[in-house]
Amino acid sequence: MINSILFILLWAGAIAFFVWNVKKISRNIKLGKDIDIKDNKKKRWGLVLKVAIGQSKMLGLPVSGILHIFVYAGFILVNIEMLEVMVDGIAGTHRALSFFGFLYPIAISSFEFFALLVIIGCLVFLIRRNVLRLDRFWNPEMKWWPRLDANIILIAEIVLMTSIFFMNASDMILQSRGFGHYEEVGMFFLSSFFIPILKDFSSETLVLIERTCWWLHIVGIMVFLNYIPYSKHFHVFLSFINVYYSKLEPVGKITNMPSITKEVRSMLTGEVPPMDENATEISFGAQDVKQLTWKHLMDSYTCTECGRCTRVCPANITGKKLSPRKIMMDIRDRLEHTGKNLDKHGIDFKDDKTLFDYISAEELWACTTCNACTEACPVNIDQVSSILELRRFIVMEKAAAPGELNAIFSNIENNGAPWQFAQDDRMLWAEELYLNEK
Amino acid sequence: MSENKRKIEVSVMADVFARGEKPEYLLWVGSAGAFDDRYKKVTRAFVKILTHLDINFAVLGVEETSSGDIARRTGNEMLFQMQAMMNIETMNSYEVKKIITCDPHAFNTFKNEYPDYDGKYEVIHHTQFLQKLIAEGKLKIEGDLFKDKTLTYHDPCYLGRANGEYNAPREVLDAIPSRKIEMKRNKSNALCCGAGGGQMFKEAEKGNKEVFIERIEDALETGANIVVTACPYCMVMMTDGLKYKNKEEEIKNYDIAELIEKILEL
Repeated sequence: MINSILFILLWAGAIAFFVWNVKKISRNIKLGKDIDIKDNKKKRWGLVLKVAIGQSKMLGLPVSGILHIFVYAGFILVNIEMLEVMVDGIAGTHRALSFFGFLYPIAISSFEFFALLVIIGCLVFLIRRNVLRLDRFWNPEMKWWPRLDANIILIAEIVLMTSIFFMNASDMILQSRGFGHYEEVGMFFLSSFFIPILKDFSSETLVLIERTCWWLHIVGIMVFLNYIPYSKHFHVFLSFINVYYSKLEPVGKITNMPSITKEVRSMLTGEVPPMDENATEISFGAQDVKQLTWKHLMDSYTCTECGRCTRVCPANITGKKLSPRKIMMDIRDRLEHTGKNLDKHGIDFKDDKTLFDYISAEELWACTTCNACTEACPVNIDQVSSILELRRFIVMEKAAAPGELNAIFSNIENNGAPWQFAQDDRMLWAEELYLNEK
Repeated sequence: MSENKRKIEVSVMADVFARGEKPEYLLWVGSAGAFDDRYKKVTRAFVKILTHLDINFAVLGVEETSSGDIARRTGNEMLFQMQAMMNIETMNSYEVKKIITCDPHAFNTFKNEYPDYDGKYEVIHHTQFLQKLIAEGKLKIEGDLFKDKTLTYHDPCYLGRANGEYNAPREVLDAIPSRKIEMKRNKSNALCCGAGGGQMFKEAEKGNKEVFIERIEDALETGANIVVTACPYCMVMMTDGLKYKNKEEEIKNYDIAELIEKILEL
């Protein structure tokens, strides 16, 4: 009875705290400019099915792709077991779903199989990060926290999964001894390999192990759930939503700025556009998170710092400072900071920092807009779009483009080409052109 | 076989339109196609092919101006939209419906970005145009010129990833008797030449290598004799790469149109 109450209270607390944190993240994302993404519902669900649920882009790197599918599928399936855990915890029963008879041990055995896959996946991931030290996990932006964050998650998952094996193995021994309420429910395949380790313990010790593992599993999941909003691991929730809101146009298309269209039209036609009453806060491009759209901000929270974008970035490969992953991490860090300021000082508070305190012009100007990063991102983040909004601010608000580019701009304005050639010479290529006819 | 040289008079839209004719295609030459000495050869090669096939086309000539691609990608949206609207006004005044261009950047901008300003055209990259003519049997390619050569194709970002066109250029190459070999990074995984997004016109940021060197190494690794490109920027970068590696004598860098010009001895 006390256990049941404790169980319910713990869950209520865990869920309440989680919801509180998620609301904060959601509020932060909504600090971004509004954009309307309501088109092509069918196509968007298709993408969610293929890219998010189906993990199609993960297989671009097969080793980590397959291992990630182990962990992802395993984690989802193992958590079906949570159903029974919830029933047992609330009702004070033990293995409430064992009335399924012979199906029960089959189900538990297959969950164990997936738990093993999760453990294998996480172990290999730990080795790749810490022993093999793959480049993308050691780029400069992967400072102590991003590295520790990843390791905490992997170790937590291994602990959670291992507890299942010890719980089930002790349970089986207790069943065979006919101890207390441990009724015979059948054999669980993988955990039976743990029996030799545990078989010499007394029944009381085994009950202690079994209960400890049960609570460890439950409390572990609650802690894990509440760790996620503080971690890059938030992608387990946001990736589905972020993929739904993917850019559907060809990636080569850059988002239009209708506010400028009005100005340019009036310049070309000489007509003065009607004053827009709501146009008080128009800025060209973005210098801070509030001038990005909510989709840019969602991108940053969705990023799980896997570094597949940075790994293929031509600028990064050749030693330049630009790392598309860092751009995402910086936007998220700045947004988190902005959110904390709002909590402390109220909605109108402005500090003296901007995104340019996190991201340098040197990084932004190294981008070739080749879209290798967006192609590589398994959760359809659009890094190029954020980079471009920042470039737009540098050029149009600060007039601080690199000197060579300013020269190009005036060439285009004056002679219609980036080079200093006269427009009248545009047909010189066609002179003395002959075709051989046979 | 008697060879005759016929002088090609390239039709200019203003003249043709004044005569009351409407060419089927506008050929967008692009600033590189008109001014860059190396890429002028590609423009000339492609115009020879069009003439050889009796395609009804014209160019804008001195009325052509920058598509705005660079301006937009370097953040100068104001300048981009000025260019876009001026070009659209010019093209719409000639009732242009179909545009062919050798420049994937202009291709991308016209196809995906001009529609926002009422510039709606059927936009065709020259590799797509050639592929279609080959598939329809209108362009027949015979000859042994490249029979013993190995070709490797570098995907331009704005044709490949940006617009998903990986096949048309490869199908054209397949029609040319020659060996083909892919670089280790190809199609959607292709490495950029390093020139897009305005990089062509500025010093690269500090790093330990130029992007074009990294990319030419991919090409050299294949052992190919000819690096094939389909973009003016890629052409500049890959040529620079070959020079940097002192390979410009043994390994050539051609646009797909030039391969056809050469094999057909146009």
